[in-house]
Amino acid sequence: MDTRFNKFGKEPPAVEFEITPMPKPVESTHVPKVTIAGAATVLNPEAVTKIDVRHANFWYSAKQALFDVSLPVREKHVTALIGPSGCGKTTFLRTLNRMNDLIPGTRTEGEAILDGRNIYEKSLDVVALRQRIGMVFQRPTPFPKSIFENVAYGLRVQGTSRKRIQERVEASLRRAALWDEVKDRLKTSALGLSGGQQQRLCIARAIAVNPEVLLMDEPASALDPIATLKIEELIVELAKDYTIVIVTHNMQQAARVSQYTGFFLNGKLIEYAPTVELFEHPRKKETEDYISGRFG
Amino acid sequence: MSITVEQQQPTANPFQAPRTAHNARRRISNIAIVALSLLATAFAVAVLLFLLLYVLRAGLPYINLDLFTKIPTPNGEPGGGLANSIQGSLILVGLASLFGIPLGLFTGIYLSEFGGRGPIATGVRFLVDVLTGIPTIIFGLFAWIFIVVPQQSFSGLAGGVALGIIMIPIVARTSEVVLRLVPNELREASLALGATESRTILRVVIPSARNGIITGIVLAMARVAGETAPLLMTAFGNPFFNSDITQPMDALPLRIFNFAESPYQAQINQAYAGSLVLIVLILITSFAIRWATGGFKHGGR
Repeated sequence: MDTRFNKFGKEPPAVEFEITPMPKPVESTHVPKVTIAGAATVLNPEAVTKIDVRHANFWYSAKQALFDVSLPVREKHVTALIGPSGCGKTTFLRTLNRMNDLIPGTRTEGEAILDGRNIYEKSLDVVALRQRIGMVFQRPTPFPKSIFENVAYGLRVQGTSRKRIQERVEASLRRAALWDEVKDRLKTSALGLSGGQQQRLCIARAIAVNPEVLLMDEPASALDPIATLKIEELIVELAKDYTIVIVTHNMQQAARVSQYTGFFLNGKLIEYAPTVELFEHPRKKETEDYISGRFG
Repeated sequence: MSITVEQQQPTANPFQAPRTAHNARRRISNIAIVALSLLATAFAVAVLLFLLLYVLRAGLPYINLDLFTKIPTPNGEPGGGLANSIQGSLILVGLASLFGIPLGLFTGIYLSEFGGRGPIATGVRFLVDVLTGIPTIIFGLFAWIFIVVPQQSFSGLAGGVALGIIMIPIVARTSEVVLRLVPNELREASLALGATESRTILRVVIPSARNGIITGIVLAMARVAGETAPLLMTAFGNPFFNSDITQPMDALPLRIFNFAESPYQAQINQAYAGSLVLIVLILITSFAIRWATGGFKHGGR
């Protein structure tokens, strides 16, 4: 991996906590083992807030799933959302491109400001929104079409010209590090690709329409370790141009790919901080318990 | 402690289940179920094979060129053919498909994609199920009342309408079921790319369910191609060539029905030949549709 993104310097980072849970002392006596000097090279202090979520509340019918979540999504950085199952991190992610609209009986309150417009506003054109905020799902979701047509799908939706589609498909597949593997069989069915390739295809498909933000819902959880590594490298690479929000169960993955992390528990955002800080100096007891493997 | 714990004898093979009465019962019931399934399948296949072979044996000797080019001879004179019935059947099934398939398909799309579990969709689903179970002669009666009576004539149109209505619930229900099988993630993936719902359904959902939908359509066409009862009071039958859908029209099942109880052996033979032609015609149509829509290429999906 690019050392530029190894925010933990040379010393083995806090990433090891899952294998050997560090017996962390209480906050006050906690002494950081790892210097976080590396973080400064990645964290841009002038990072612009791309989406500013303020006081988001969300309901599935009568059941409230998100409670007063406020979180800034920094432009061209990776924001990781971690937390145990059912904590609302996926629900939160899906509010950002209004995917929850598809579930009957749901309701969102609060605001998520993208370029001065509130994403949660009822009258917002969700089709236009989703062209700006792309999404990659947990399981690879190739359409039963050729590899080429999969990537071209979003472009055709936008009515892109034939010539431009050709260019964009190739560029997107290159960007998703898939071009060399598929360039000779673009016309064959995407269903014939391996799981990892399918997921990179889905990423290529999402970036083909040039979105500003990419939402990723546990994009590597259905993949083997090697395919996972490729996806993670890709995420780090894509963060140069795209704003990425990633939901992950895997705390090591959050530590590896993200610059900011939000910890969710029971529908509340417990803590949001630069990733290194959150893992090294968690301010809240719950965060510390979770990342040290005491529950979850 | 005075309780003696019975030591269990270590068995020679740890994977060998102990020979208890309970295990014997399990083994026997297992064998019984397997045997029963095999027996039932063998019986069902035997009946079908017998039927096919019987029709083949009785009909094949009377398959000749005349059968496909000539119309029936009057009252048992030798020769003649069933060309008008074959033509009529093709027109009737085509007519039925013309509106039976789109109406059924869109009903299926509504039920699967828009209706959900709402009260309207539940009502529609119930009605469709009821329609599937209604004796087909009722549909003939319906077409008779609403088309034959006002028109004051039996007609191919009435027959096509009756058959088409029979197709609707079959196509609707099968397409709904296969559309529901399309993973929701695919719909979301398409919508997340900024596609509208209609585009998602047309370009992603239906292509994913294509094979299942085609199977449903072929089944419905095969089903109505063999219908006789609703045609008795609509298309009625016609001993001459007729491609005018406002006039009575012949159909293979009708011709078979009429000839099978004829006193003339030649006509009975032609009924068997006609049955064979009907079966082969249905086979050819379903293969042709699958081939034309590329159903063979994508196999399992």
